[in-house]
Amino acid sequence: MKYTEDHEWLRVEGDVVVVGITEHASTQLGDVVFVELPEVGTMVAAGDEIVVIESVKAASDIAAPLDGEIVEINEAIVDEPSKVNEDPLGAAWFFKMKIDDLSALDQFMDEDEYKELVD
Amino acid sequence: MIVSELSGRRIEGDTMSELLHLPLEALHTELGARMVPFAGYSMPVQYGLGVMKEHQHTRAAAGLFDVSHMGQVILRGADYAAVAQAMEALVPVDIAGLGLNRQRYGFFTNDAGGIEDDLMLANRGDHLFVVINAACKDADIALMRAGLPADVTLEVVEDRALLALQGPLAEDVLAGLNDHVRAMRFMDVADLVLEGADCWVSRSGYTGEDGFEISVPVDAAEALARRLLTDARVEAIGLGARDSLRLEAGLCLYGHDIDAATSPVEAGLSWAIQKVRRTGGAREGGFPGAARILAELTDGAPRARVGLSPEGRAPMREGVALYAAAEGGDPVGHITSGGFGPTVGAPVAMGMVARDHAARGTQLYGDVRGKRLPVAVVALPFTPANFKR
Repeated sequence: MKYTEDHEWLRVEGDVVVVGITEHASTQLGDVVFVELPEVGTMVAAGDEIVVIESVKAASDIAAPLDGEIVEINEAIVDEPSKVNEDPLGAAWFFKMKIDDLSALDQFMDEDEYKELVD
Repeated sequence: MIVSELSGRRIEGDTMSELLHLPLEALHTELGARMVPFAGYSMPVQYGLGVMKEHQHTRAAAGLFDVSHMGQVILRGADYAAVAQAMEALVPVDIAGLGLNRQRYGFFTNDAGGIEDDLMLANRGDHLFVVINAACKDADIALMRAGLPADVTLEVVEDRALLALQGPLAEDVLAGLNDHVRAMRFMDVADLVLEGADCWVSRSGYTGEDGFEISVPVDAAEALARRLLTDARVEAIGLGARDSLRLEAGLCLYGHDIDAATSPVEAGLSWAIQKVRRTGGAREGGFPGAARILAELTDGAPRARVGLSPEGRAPMREGVALYAAAEGGDPVGHITSGGFGPTVGAPVAMGMVARDHAARGTQLYGDVRGKRLPVAVVALPFTPANFKR
Protein backbone atom coordinates (compact mmCIF):
# COMPACT_ATOMS: atom_id res chain seq x y z
CA MET A 1 0.00 0.00 0.00
CA LYS A 2 1.22 3.51 -0.85
CA TYR A 3 0.08 6.83 0.56
CA THR A 4 -0.12 10.37 -0.81
CA GLU A 5 0.34 13.62 1.08
CA ASP A 6 -3.32 14.25 0.36
CA HIS A 7 -4.24 11.27 2.56
CA GLU A 8 -5.16 8.88 -0.22
CA TRP A 9 -4.08 5.25 -0.23
CA LEU A 10 -3.16 3.39 -3.42
CA ARG A 11 -3.13 -0.37 -3.83
CA VAL A 12 -2.09 -2.26 -6.94
CA GLU A 13 -4.60 -4.88 -8.09
CA GLY A 14 -3.36 -6.61 -11.24
CA ASP A 15 -2.77 -3.81 -13.74
CA VAL A 16 -4.98 -1.22 -12.04
CA VAL A 17 -4.53 1.01 -9.00
CA VAL A 18 -7.31 1.12 -6.38
CA VAL A 19 -7.63 4.49 -4.63
CA GLY A 20 -9.31 5.37 -1.32
CA ILE A 21 -8.81 7.69 1.62
CA THR A 22 -6.98 6.86 4.81
CA GLU A 23 -8.42 6.24 8.23
CA HIS A 24 -6.86 9.53 9.35
CA ALA A 25 -8.62 11.40 6.55
CA SER A 26 -11.98 9.80 7.25
CA THR A 27 -11.69 10.67 10.93
CA GLN A 28 -10.71 14.24 10.14
CA LEU A 29 -13.61 14.57 7.72
CA GLY A 30 -16.21 13.38 10.18
CA ASP A 31 -19.53 11.90 9.12
CA VAL A 32 -19.53 11.65 5.34
CA VAL A 33 -22.94 12.42 3.83
CA PHE A 34 -22.25 12.79 0.11
CA VAL A 35 -19.79 11.41 -2.42
CA GLU A 36 -19.56 12.30 -6.11
CA LEU A 37 -17.32 10.10 -8.26
CA PRO A 38 -15.95 10.59 -11.80
CA GLU A 39 -17.43 8.68 -14.70
CA VAL A 40 -15.87 5.43 -15.84
CA GLY A 41 -13.75 6.06 -18.93
CA THR A 42 -12.66 9.55 -17.85
CA MET A 43 -9.03 10.34 -18.65
CA VAL A 44 -7.54 12.22 -15.73
CA ALA A 45 -4.29 14.03 -15.00
CA ALA A 46 -2.53 13.95 -11.66
CA GLY A 47 -3.90 16.77 -9.51
CA ASP A 48 -7.31 16.95 -11.21
CA GLU A 49 -10.03 17.22 -8.62
CA ILE A 50 -12.19 14.27 -9.55
CA VAL A 51 -14.04 13.34 -6.37
CA VAL A 52 -16.24 15.53 -4.18
CA ILE A 53 -16.70 14.35 -0.63
CA GLU A 54 -18.93 16.16 1.83
CA SER A 55 -19.19 15.62 5.54
CA VAL A 56 -21.83 17.14 7.81
CA LYS A 57 -19.67 20.22 8.07
CA ALA A 58 -17.55 20.70 4.99
CA ALA A 59 -16.90 19.90 1.36
CA SER A 60 -13.55 18.59 0.17
CA ASP A 61 -12.04 17.39 -3.08
CA ILE A 62 -9.95 14.37 -3.84
CA ALA A 63 -7.43 14.74 -6.61
CA ALA A 64 -6.31 12.10 -9.06
CA PRO A 65 -2.95 10.85 -7.71
CA LEU A 66 -1.61 9.98 -11.17
CA ASP A 67 -2.33 10.36 -14.90
CA GLY A 68 -4.58 7.61 -16.18
CA GLU A 69 -8.05 6.35 -16.99
CA ILE A 70 -10.85 5.71 -14.51
CA VAL A 71 -11.88 2.08 -15.10
CA GLU A 72 -14.22 1.41 -12.19
CA ILE A 73 -15.98 3.39 -9.46
CA ASN A 74 -17.49 2.28 -6.16
CA GLU A 75 -21.21 3.09 -6.40
CA ALA A 76 -21.73 1.61 -2.93
CA ILE A 77 -20.22 4.71 -1.26
CA VAL A 78 -22.45 6.98 -3.36
CA ASP A 79 -25.51 5.08 -2.14
CA GLU A 80 -24.22 4.84 1.41
CA PRO A 81 -21.64 7.57 2.14
CA SER A 82 -21.29 6.51 5.79
CA LYS A 83 -19.29 3.49 4.56
CA VAL A 84 -16.39 5.92 4.11
CA ASN A 85 -16.28 6.33 7.90
CA GLU A 86 -16.91 2.67 8.64
CA ASP A 87 -14.39 0.96 6.38
CA PRO A 88 -12.18 3.52 4.61
CA LEU A 89 -9.37 1.06 3.91
CA GLY A 90 -11.59 -1.74 2.63
CA ALA A 91 -15.16 -1.65 1.33
CA ALA A 92 -15.11 2.13 0.88
CA TRP A 93 -12.54 2.36 -1.91
CA PHE A 94 -13.31 5.25 -4.30
CA PHE A 95 -12.16 4.40 -7.81
CA LYS A 96 -9.82 2.20 -9.82
CA MET A 97 -7.55 3.68 -12.46
CA LYS A 98 -5.34 2.33 -15.17
CA ILE A 99 -1.93 3.96 -15.44
CA ASP A 100 0.83 3.57 -18.01
CA ASP A 101 3.63 2.72 -15.66
CA LEU A 102 3.08 1.17 -12.25
CA SER A 103 6.56 2.29 -11.18
CA ALA A 104 5.07 5.79 -10.87
CA LEU A 105 3.79 4.60 -7.47
CA ASP A 106 7.36 4.61 -6.15
CA GLN A 107 7.14 8.38 -5.62
CA PHE A 108 4.58 7.92 -2.83
CA MET A 109 5.06 7.16 0.86
CA ASP A 110 5.05 3.71 2.39
CA GLU A 111 3.09 3.01 5.55
CA ASP A 112 5.85 4.03 7.97
CA GLU A 113 6.46 7.31 6.19
CA TYR A 114 2.75 8.08 6.13
CA LYS A 115 2.38 7.32 9.83
CA GLU A 116 5.17 9.77 10.50
CA LEU A 117 3.30 12.42 8.52
CA VAL A 118 0.03 12.12 10.42
CA ASP A 119 1.35 11.48 13.93
CA MET B 1 -7.61 15.91 -0.25
CA ILE B 2 -7.71 19.15 1.67
CA VAL B 3 -7.93 17.88 5.21
CA SER B 4 -6.93 21.25 6.58
CA GLU B 5 -10.28 22.60 5.43
CA LEU B 6 -12.10 20.20 7.65
CA SER B 7 -11.22 21.48 11.05
CA GLY B 8 -14.06 23.93 11.24
CA ARG B 9 -12.40 26.88 9.59
CA ARG B 10 -15.49 27.04 7.42
CA ILE B 11 -17.50 28.25 10.36
CA GLU B 12 -15.39 31.35 10.67
CA GLY B 13 -12.15 32.49 9.08
CA ASP B 14 -10.08 33.12 12.18
CA THR B 15 -6.57 31.87 12.72
CA MET B 16 -5.39 29.96 15.76
CA SER B 17 -3.19 32.83 16.96
CA GLU B 18 -4.32 35.20 19.69
CA LEU B 19 -7.44 33.21 20.43
CA LEU B 20 -9.44 33.68 23.59
CA HIS B 21 -9.99 30.62 25.73
CA LEU B 22 -13.15 29.32 27.37
CA PRO B 23 -13.01 28.82 31.14
CA LEU B 24 -13.78 25.14 30.57
CA GLU B 25 -11.19 24.54 27.85
CA ALA B 26 -9.31 21.93 29.92
CA LEU B 27 -12.52 19.97 30.39
CA HIS B 28 -13.25 20.08 26.66
CA THR B 29 -9.79 18.77 25.88
CA GLU B 30 -10.18 16.05 28.50
CA LEU B 31 -13.49 15.06 26.86
CA GLY B 32 -11.73 14.62 23.52
CA ALA B 33 -12.94 17.80 21.84
CA ARG B 34 -11.47 19.00 18.61
CA MET B 35 -10.86 22.70 19.20
CA VAL B 36 -11.23 25.19 16.35
CA PRO B 37 -11.20 28.98 16.07
CA PHE B 38 -14.65 30.55 16.09
CA ALA B 39 -15.49 34.22 16.63
CA GLY B 40 -12.08 34.81 18.19
CA TYR B 41 -12.35 31.88 20.62
CA SER B 42 -10.89 28.41 20.66
CA MET B 43 -14.10 26.37 20.68
CA PRO B 44 -15.01 22.67 20.74
CA VAL B 45 -16.40 21.87 17.27
CA GLN B 46 -17.05 18.23 18.12
CA TYR B 47 -16.27 15.53 20.68
CA GLY B 48 -15.72 11.80 20.21
CA LEU B 49 -19.29 11.09 19.10
CA GLY B 50 -18.96 13.28 16.02
CA VAL B 51 -21.37 15.89 14.67
CA MET B 52 -24.01 13.46 13.42
CA LYS B 53 -24.41 11.50 16.67
CA GLU B 54 -24.10 14.63 18.83
CA HIS B 55 -26.93 16.19 16.84
CA GLN B 56 -29.13 13.10 17.14
CA HIS B 57 -28.38 12.73 20.84
CA THR B 58 -29.53 16.31 21.50
CA ARG B 59 -32.84 15.68 19.70
CA ALA B 60 -33.35 12.40 21.58
CA ALA B 61 -32.01 13.09 25.09
CA ALA B 62 -29.94 16.04 26.34
CA GLY B 63 -26.84 17.83 25.08
CA LEU B 64 -24.54 20.10 27.06
CA PHE B 65 -23.09 23.05 25.15
CA ASP B 66 -20.47 25.51 26.37
CA VAL B 67 -21.53 28.87 24.96
CA SER B 68 -19.38 30.96 27.30
CA HIS B 69 -18.01 32.84 24.28
CA MET B 70 -21.29 34.74 24.10
CA GLY B 71 -21.47 38.11 25.80
CA GLN B 72 -23.49 38.59 28.98
CA VAL B 73 -24.38 42.18 29.80
CA ILE B 74 -26.32 43.81 32.64
CA LEU B 75 -28.02 47.18 32.06
CA ARG B 76 -29.19 49.21 35.05
CA GLY B 77 -31.01 52.52 35.36
CA ALA B 78 -33.35 54.25 37.78
CA ASP B 79 -35.60 51.22 37.43
CA TYR B 80 -36.43 48.51 34.85
CA ALA B 81 -38.84 50.79 33.00
CA ALA B 82 -36.13 53.40 32.48
CA VAL B 83 -33.65 50.86 31.11
CA ALA B 84 -36.28 49.26 28.89
CA GLN B 85 -37.29 52.60 27.45
CA ALA B 86 -33.65 53.47 26.71
CA MET B 87 -32.97 50.11 25.10
CA GLU B 88 -36.07 50.38 22.91
CA ALA B 89 -34.25 53.19 21.07
CA LEU B 90 -31.79 50.56 19.80
CA VAL B 91 -33.99 47.46 19.50
CA PRO B 92 -37.39 47.32 17.71
CA VAL B 93 -38.91 45.07 20.34
CA ASP B 94 -41.39 45.55 23.20
CA ILE B 95 -38.89 45.56 26.07
CA ALA B 96 -40.99 47.73 28.39
CA GLY B 97 -43.85 45.24 28.20
CA LEU B 98 -41.68 42.25 29.00
CA GLY B 99 -42.97 40.57 32.15
CA LEU B 100 -40.85 40.13 35.25
CA ASN B 101 -38.42 37.23 34.76
CA ARG B 102 -39.45 36.78 31.15
CA GLN B 103 -37.07 36.65 28.21
CA ARG B 104 -37.50 37.75 24.62
CA TYR B 105 -35.58 37.54 21.32
CA GLY B 106 -34.58 40.77 19.62
CA PHE B 107 -31.97 42.52 17.47
CA PHE B 108 -30.05 45.76 17.20
CA THR B 109 -30.89 47.57 13.98
CA ASN B 110 -28.92 50.21 12.06
CA ASP B 111 -30.01 53.39 10.31
CA ALA B 112 -30.36 51.48 7.03
CA GLY B 113 -32.80 49.07 8.66
CA GLY B 114 -30.29 46.19 8.69
CA ILE B 115 -29.47 43.98 11.67
CA GLU B 116 -26.32 44.71 13.70
CA ASP B 117 -26.73 41.60 15.88
CA ASP B 118 -29.46 39.43 17.34
CA LEU B 119 -29.74 39.03 21.09
CA MET B 120 -31.77 37.78 24.05
CA LEU B 121 -33.29 40.26 26.52
CA ALA B 122 -34.57 39.41 30.00
CA ASN B 123 -36.47 41.49 32.55
CA ARG B 124 -34.72 40.74 35.85
CA GLY B 125 -36.70 43.20 37.95
CA ASP B 126 -34.01 45.73 38.83
CA HIS B 127 -32.05 45.26 35.60
CA LEU B 128 -32.16 44.14 31.98
CA PHE B 129 -30.01 41.09 31.21
CA VAL B 130 -28.77 40.77 27.67
CA VAL B 131 -26.96 37.92 25.85
CA ILE B 132 -25.15 38.85 22.63
CA ASN B 133 -23.15 36.98 19.98
CA ALA B 134 -19.43 36.51 20.55
CA ALA B 135 -18.45 37.84 17.13
CA CYS B 136 -20.42 41.06 17.70
CA LYS B 137 -19.61 41.51 21.40
CA ASP B 138 -17.29 44.52 21.13
CA ALA B 139 -19.44 46.25 18.50
CA ASP B 140 -22.62 45.65 20.49
CA ILE B 141 -21.11 47.02 23.68
CA ALA B 142 -19.85 50.08 21.82
CA LEU B 143 -23.29 50.49 20.23
CA MET B 144 -24.99 50.34 23.64
CA ARG B 145 -22.50 52.68 25.31
CA ALA B 146 -23.00 55.21 22.51
CA GLY B 147 -26.76 54.80 22.23
CA LEU B 148 -27.89 54.57 25.85
CA PRO B 149 -28.26 57.64 28.08
CA ALA B 150 -25.64 58.38 30.72
CA ASP B 151 -27.91 57.27 33.57
CA VAL B 152 -28.01 53.72 32.22
CA THR B 153 -24.97 51.75 33.33
CA LEU B 154 -23.57 48.85 31.38
CA GLU B 155 -21.77 46.00 33.12
CA VAL B 156 -20.10 43.29 31.05
CA VAL B 157 -20.34 40.06 33.03
CA GLU B 158 -16.83 38.61 32.84
CA ASP B 159 -16.98 36.21 35.79
CA ARG B 160 -19.66 33.85 34.50
CA ALA B 161 -19.63 30.97 32.05
CA LEU B 162 -22.71 30.17 29.96
CA LEU B 163 -23.82 26.57 29.53
CA ALA B 164 -26.80 25.31 27.55
CA LEU B 165 -28.56 22.05 28.31
CA GLN B 166 -30.80 21.22 25.39
CA GLY B 167 -33.08 18.36 24.44
CA PRO B 168 -36.31 16.61 25.43
CA LEU B 169 -34.72 15.20 28.60
CA ALA B 170 -33.09 18.48 29.68
CA GLU B 171 -35.88 19.19 32.17
CA ASP B 172 -35.62 15.76 33.82
CA VAL B 173 -31.85 16.05 34.06
CA LEU B 174 -31.81 19.56 35.50
CA ALA B 175 -34.69 18.80 37.88
CA GLY B 176 -32.30 16.34 39.52
CA LEU B 177 -30.25 19.37 40.60
CA ASN B 178 -33.14 21.73 41.34
CA ASP B 179 -36.75 20.70 41.01
CA HIS B 180 -37.90 24.27 40.40
CA VAL B 181 -36.95 24.01 36.72
CA ARG B 182 -40.09 21.94 36.14
CA ALA B 183 -42.23 24.98 36.92
CA MET B 184 -40.47 27.14 34.32
CA ARG B 185 -42.15 27.80 30.99
CA PHE B 186 -40.43 28.53 27.68
CA MET B 187 -38.64 31.92 28.02
CA ASP B 188 -38.96 32.07 31.82
CA VAL B 189 -35.88 33.20 33.75
CA ALA B 190 -35.02 32.37 37.37
CA ASP B 191 -32.22 32.57 39.94
CA LEU B 192 -31.56 28.98 40.95
CA VAL B 193 -28.95 27.19 43.02
CA LEU B 194 -27.43 24.39 40.95
CA GLU B 195 -24.70 22.23 42.43
CA GLY B 196 -24.21 24.83 45.15
CA ALA B 197 -23.75 27.71 42.72
CA ASP B 198 -26.00 30.75 42.25
CA CYS B 199 -27.10 30.44 38.64
CA TRP B 200 -29.24 32.54 36.30
CA VAL B 201 -31.32 30.04 34.38
CA SER B 202 -33.55 30.66 31.37
CA ARG B 203 -35.76 28.10 29.67
CA SER B 204 -34.50 28.77 26.17
CA GLY B 205 -31.80 27.85 23.72
CA TYR B 206 -30.97 27.76 20.05
CA THR B 207 -31.52 24.19 18.94
CA GLY B 208 -35.30 24.05 18.44
CA GLU B 209 -35.50 21.77 21.46
CA ASP B 210 -36.72 22.40 24.97
CA GLY B 211 -33.85 23.29 27.25
CA PHE B 212 -32.09 25.74 29.51
CA GLU B 213 -29.32 28.29 29.35
CA ILE B 214 -27.37 28.54 32.57
CA SER B 215 -25.20 31.49 33.52
CA VAL B 216 -22.89 30.12 36.22
CA PRO B 217 -19.99 31.70 38.15
CA VAL B 218 -16.73 30.72 36.41
CA ASP B 219 -15.30 29.09 39.53
CA ALA B 220 -18.34 26.79 39.80
CA ALA B 221 -18.81 26.08 36.09
CA GLU B 222 -16.60 23.02 35.84
CA ALA B 223 -18.24 21.29 38.81
CA LEU B 224 -21.68 21.95 37.32
CA ALA B 225 -20.66 20.73 33.87
CA ARG B 226 -19.09 17.58 35.33
CA ARG B 227 -22.17 16.89 37.44
CA LEU B 228 -24.42 17.20 34.38
CA LEU B 229 -22.11 14.99 32.33
CA THR B 230 -22.20 12.21 34.94
CA ASP B 231 -25.86 11.79 33.95
CA ALA B 232 -26.04 9.05 31.31
CA ARG B 233 -28.65 11.06 29.43
CA VAL B 234 -26.22 13.94 28.83
CA GLU B 235 -23.46 14.20 26.23
CA ALA B 236 -21.12 17.10 25.53
CA ILE B 237 -22.07 18.66 22.19
CA GLY B 238 -19.85 20.83 19.98
CA LEU B 239 -20.35 23.77 17.67
CA GLY B 240 -20.78 21.54 14.63
CA ALA B 241 -23.98 20.00 15.95
CA ARG B 242 -25.08 23.34 17.38
CA ASP B 243 -24.98 24.66 13.81
CA SER B 244 -26.90 21.74 12.24
CA LEU B 245 -29.47 21.81 15.08
CA ARG B 246 -30.20 25.52 14.70
CA LEU B 247 -30.30 25.19 10.90
CA GLU B 248 -32.92 22.42 11.05
CA ALA B 249 -34.81 24.57 13.56
CA GLY B 250 -34.83 27.43 11.02
CA LEU B 251 -32.93 29.77 13.36
CA CYS B 252 -30.69 32.52 11.97
CA LEU B 253 -26.94 32.66 12.48
CA TYR B 254 -25.67 36.23 12.57
CA GLY B 255 -23.19 37.02 9.80
CA HIS B 256 -24.72 34.30 7.63
CA ASP B 257 -28.53 34.39 7.45
CA ILE B 258 -28.76 37.92 8.81
CA ASP B 259 -26.33 40.84 8.64
CA ALA B 260 -26.03 44.62 8.56
CA ALA B 261 -27.73 44.79 5.15
CA THR B 262 -30.59 42.40 5.95
CA SER B 263 -33.76 43.83 7.46
CA PRO B 264 -35.73 41.91 10.07
CA VAL B 265 -38.68 41.72 7.67
CA GLU B 266 -36.55 40.18 4.90
CA ALA B 267 -35.14 37.80 7.47
CA GLY B 268 -38.59 36.56 8.43
CA LEU B 269 -38.20 37.96 11.93
CA SER B 270 -41.24 40.26 11.86
CA TRP B 271 -42.79 38.11 14.61
CA ALA B 272 -40.19 39.52 17.00
CA ILE B 273 -41.42 43.10 16.43
CA GLN B 274 -44.49 43.44 18.62
CA LYS B 275 -47.51 45.54 17.59
CA VAL B 276 -46.70 48.27 20.11
CA ARG B 277 -43.53 49.14 18.13
CA ARG B 278 -45.23 49.03 14.72
CA THR B 279 -47.15 51.71 12.81
CA GLY B 280 -50.16 52.69 14.89
CA GLY B 281 -48.68 51.19 18.08
CA ALA B 282 -48.32 53.18 21.32
CA ARG B 283 -44.51 53.23 20.98
CA GLU B 284 -44.34 53.14 17.19
CA GLY B 285 -40.87 53.33 15.65
CA GLY B 286 -38.17 55.20 17.52
CA PHE B 287 -35.43 52.68 16.64
CA PRO B 288 -32.67 52.85 14.01
CA GLY B 289 -33.94 52.13 10.51
CA ALA B 290 -37.59 52.48 11.55
CA ALA B 291 -38.56 54.10 8.23
CA ARG B 292 -37.50 51.07 6.20
CA ILE B 293 -38.58 48.44 8.69
CA LEU B 294 -42.05 49.90 9.32
CA ALA B 295 -42.60 50.34 5.59
CA GLU B 296 -41.59 46.73 4.92
CA LEU B 297 -43.90 45.50 7.68
CA THR B 298 -46.75 47.17 5.81
CA ASP B 299 -45.76 46.65 2.17
CA GLY B 300 -43.54 43.57 2.32
CA ALA B 301 -39.81 43.33 1.64
CA PRO B 302 -38.14 42.81 -1.74
CA ARG B 303 -36.41 39.63 -0.51
CA ALA B 304 -37.31 36.88 1.90
CA ARG B 305 -35.44 34.27 3.92
CA VAL B 306 -36.79 30.86 2.96
CA GLY B 307 -36.26 27.22 3.78
CA LEU B 308 -34.69 25.26 0.95
CA SER B 309 -34.75 21.54 0.40
CA PRO B 310 -32.23 20.29 -2.20
CA GLU B 311 -33.73 17.51 -4.28
CA GLY B 312 -30.60 15.41 -4.55
CA ARG B 313 -28.13 14.29 -1.92
CA ALA B 314 -25.56 17.01 -2.49
CA PRO B 315 -25.57 19.59 0.32
CA MET B 316 -25.90 23.20 -0.83
CA ARG B 317 -23.62 25.35 1.29
CA GLU B 318 -23.56 29.05 2.12
CA GLY B 319 -22.91 31.20 -0.95
CA VAL B 320 -24.45 28.87 -3.54
CA ALA B 321 -26.23 31.04 -6.15
CA LEU B 322 -29.91 30.30 -6.76
CA TYR B 323 -31.54 30.55 -10.18
CA ALA B 324 -35.15 30.42 -11.35
CA ALA B 325 -34.34 28.17 -14.30
CA ALA B 326 -32.05 25.26 -15.06
CA GLU B 327 -30.24 27.38 -17.62
CA GLY B 328 -29.56 31.09 -18.17
CA GLY B 329 -30.83 34.11 -16.31
CA ASP B 330 -29.40 36.02 -13.36
CA PRO B 331 -29.39 34.68 -9.80
CA VAL B 332 -32.62 35.27 -7.86
CA GLY B 333 -30.95 34.66 -4.51
CA HIS B 334 -28.33 32.69 -2.63
CA ILE B 335 -27.94 30.15 0.15
CA THR B 336 -27.17 31.76 3.51
CA SER B 337 -26.74 28.53 5.54
CA GLY B 338 -26.70 25.01 4.29
CA GLY B 339 -25.53 21.53 5.03
CA PHE B 340 -26.78 18.12 5.97
CA GLY B 341 -29.66 17.79 8.44
CA PRO B 342 -29.01 14.70 10.55
CA THR B 343 -32.60 14.54 11.86
CA VAL B 344 -34.10 15.22 8.44
CA GLY B 345 -31.67 12.72 6.92
CA ALA B 346 -31.09 14.91 3.88
CA PRO B 347 -29.50 18.20 2.89
CA VAL B 348 -31.20 21.30 4.31
CA ALA B 349 -30.58 24.99 3.68
CA MET B 350 -31.87 28.50 4.15
CA GLY B 351 -31.50 31.26 1.61
CA MET B 352 -32.39 34.83 0.76
CA VAL B 353 -34.43 35.04 -2.45
CA ALA B 354 -36.32 37.70 -4.40
CA ARG B 355 -39.93 38.02 -3.26
CA ASP B 356 -41.32 36.64 -6.56
CA HIS B 357 -39.46 33.38 -5.99
CA ALA B 358 -40.11 32.95 -2.28
CA ALA B 359 -43.46 31.16 -2.33
CA ARG B 360 -43.51 27.71 -0.75
CA GLY B 361 -43.20 25.03 -3.41
CA THR B 362 -41.25 27.23 -5.84
CA GLN B 363 -38.66 25.23 -7.74
CA LEU B 364 -35.24 26.87 -7.87
CA TYR B 365 -31.79 25.71 -8.97
CA GLY B 366 -28.62 25.95 -6.93
CA ASP B 367 -25.28 26.27 -8.70
CA VAL B 368 -23.17 23.54 -7.10
CA ARG B 369 -19.70 23.27 -8.61
CA GLY B 370 -20.94 24.59 -11.95
CA LYS B 371 -24.03 22.37 -12.14
CA ARG B 372 -27.53 23.67 -11.50
CA LEU B 373 -29.27 21.26 -9.16
CA PRO B 374 -32.97 21.45 -8.25
CA VAL B 375 -33.95 22.80 -4.84
CA ALA B 376 -37.45 23.54 -3.54
CA VAL B 377 -38.64 26.43 -1.36
CA VAL B 378 -40.11 24.82 1.77
CA ALA B 379 -41.56 25.88 5.12
CA LEU B 380 -39.32 26.46 8.13
CA PRO B 381 -38.48 24.86 10.48
CA PHE B 382 -37.37 21.53 9.03
CA THR B 383 -37.94 19.88 12.40
CA PRO B 384 -40.88 20.98 14.59
CA ALA B 385 -39.97 23.09 17.61
CA ASN B 386 -40.20 21.20 20.88
CA PHE B 387 -40.65 24.06 23.37
CA LYS B 388 -42.55 23.90 26.67
CA ARG B 389 -44.97 26.79 26.19
